[in-house]
Amino acid sequence: MYQTGNLVKDLAEKHGRKRESLMPILQDIVKKHNYLTDDVMVAVATELDISAAEVYGTASFYTFLDTEERGRNVIRVCKTITCSMKGKNDIISTIEDMLKIRVGETTPDKMFTLLETNCIGWCHKAPAILINDMPYTDLTQETVIDVIKGYMR
Amino acid sequence: MKNKGLTKVDLIFETVDVRKVIKKAFEMTSDEIIQQVLESGLKGRGGAGFPTGLKWKYTAAEKDPEKYIVCNADEGEPGTFKDREILDKVAPKVYAGMAIAGKAMGAKKGFIYLRGEYRFLLPQLYVELHKFHKMIAEIGYDFSIEYRMGSGAYICGEESALFESIEGRRGEPRNKPPYPTTSGLFSKPTSINNVETLVTAMMIIEKGPLEYVKLGTKDSRGSKVFSISGDTPLPGIFELELGMTVQQFVNEFGDGDAKAVQVGGASGFCVPRKKFADTIIGFEGVPTGGSMKLFNSSRSMYNVLHNYLDFFAEESCGQCTPCRVGCQQLLKGIEKVKKGEAKSTYLNELIKLADTMKVASKCGLGQSVGNAFKSIVENFREEVIY
Ligand SMILES: Cc1cc2nc3c(=O)[nH]c(=O)nc-3n(C[C@H](O)[C@H](O)[C@H](O)COP(=O)(O)O)c2cc1C
Ligand code: SF4
Ligand code: FES
Repeated sequence: MYQTGNLVKDLAEKHGRKRESLMPILQDIVKKHNYLTDDVMVAVATELDISAAEVYGTASFYTFLDTEERGRNVIRVCKTITCSMKGKNDIISTIEDMLKIRVGETTPDKMFTLLETNCIGWCHKAPAILINDMPYTDLTQETVIDVIKGYMR
Repeated sequence: MKNKGLTKVDLIFETVDVRKVIKKAFEMTSDEIIQQVLESGLKGRGGAGFPTGLKWKYTAAEKDPEKYIVCNADEGEPGTFKDREILDKVAPKVYAGMAIAGKAMGAKKGFIYLRGEYRFLLPQLYVELHKFHKMIAEIGYDFSIEYRMGSGAYICGEESALFESIEGRRGEPRNKPPYPTTSGLFSKPTSINNVETLVTAMMIIEKGPLEYVKLGTKDSRGSKVFSISGDTPLPGIFELELGMTVQQFVNEFGDGDAKAVQVGGASGFCVPRKKFADTIIGFEGVPTGGSMKLFNSSRSMYNVLHNYLDFFAEESCGQCTPCRVGCQQLLKGIEKVKKGEAKSTYLNELIKLADTMKVASKCGLGQSVGNAFKSIVENFREEVIY
């Protein structure tokens, strides 16, 4: 859970209050807080004068507009064919061992969530992952540990 | 048919004086621009391969004063990563292509729909965009571009789903007709083009169509940017002249042990070794948005197919039954055959299901699941069963 304060109002000022403002607003909230709470979706609905069901219905369609609680850093490991061929399972088990969570879970300190995702467009440098917006490629079991350590502070 | 071999080309990433090309285009009439694109024979580089000149002509013919140019940078097809590279390296050429398209069709506003996975590129892209807007203002023309982001949905690369997404809704494809050229984004006439298509069109204006048609074949003019991955010593992005066979491609990019090449991503076709020599990469053979995945003999084609079906089952928008249920049934079906819970002849039933999906699905996603399914099951039946 997080408190939104004036965030939704500010974003509505920035992106407008039309229906087409919905995605940019939701995306900016997720950028800041990594997931959408019921409260924030209701606030967006009020601000845009549409039903909360519309907001939820739209958000739930998009994988990156998470409506479940996520950690500060969301790790998405590509599971599509090339990454899968080039060692994605080793990358996942390394991260699982390191953070003591399984795919789909969030660490108790809410620092990390581990997810799988479909092709992220780095197949020529597989295996690849995204941490929040940043791609990391050509990973090995060693380098992925360093990458994640970089997010530990 | 004579094959043209394998020639590297440098058109998309070539450095050009963007301002000069835009000025050149702005001195031409709308008809002249469209005529040149038509003469070049350019077909859309996003996968479907619709003639770009025709799309521009239809959109130009619409009377509505409000029209849109949309650049499709959703690039979700597994194995495709060239649009990211194009935006990363030559974004001004993409913007110029959109402005030229705008001039040709009488549109003053453009949108680029960029997949959420590429959000890290945005800061740099905005710097370039700012410069571009300044330049366009100096030239004295009215055209502006905005970015809209995707949020991790493959289906939003489908043009009408993409419009829905920009409009702030679930990315569910619309019925066609009406086509985007008459009713697209915000129900206005819209020309939606792939990133690479726009840059190619811009380069056709630069070089002239006569120069462009020297490359490629009758059905597949010009060159194409390929995204090459899998079992290859040369993974990466390569611009090649169209018209080569899969064999020529494998000779250059294979690891000496290629048993199959998946052309066109998960929604494309699997070409087995025995068909390498007489399969042309292009609209006369296997079309591709650029995704080329090589598999060597150590790979299980069952795993490849399973991975693709899993992808489709997840990414189907679920709006229509043949696709929603079909994807899941195909996936469960091959699992059953593999485990011996269903006879191998069950695969024939599944092929019929894939055929039904092709005719009964609402959009290109459901319609093309059968491409990979059939070409893998038919060519690698043993691997799928045992
Ligand atoms: C499921 C699906 C996904 C698609 N994804 C993309 C994509 O990521 N990029 C793209 O340019 N075209 C994609 N397309 C094709 C578009 O619908 C459209 O044909 C294309 O953007 C037109 O541009 P073009 O004529 O320049 O190729 C997709 C089509 C389908 C059915
Ligand atoms: S074919 Fe699949 S992706 Fe396309 S509209 Fe139907 S359910 Fe959605
Ligand atoms: S398969 Fe992993 S990035 Fe494309």
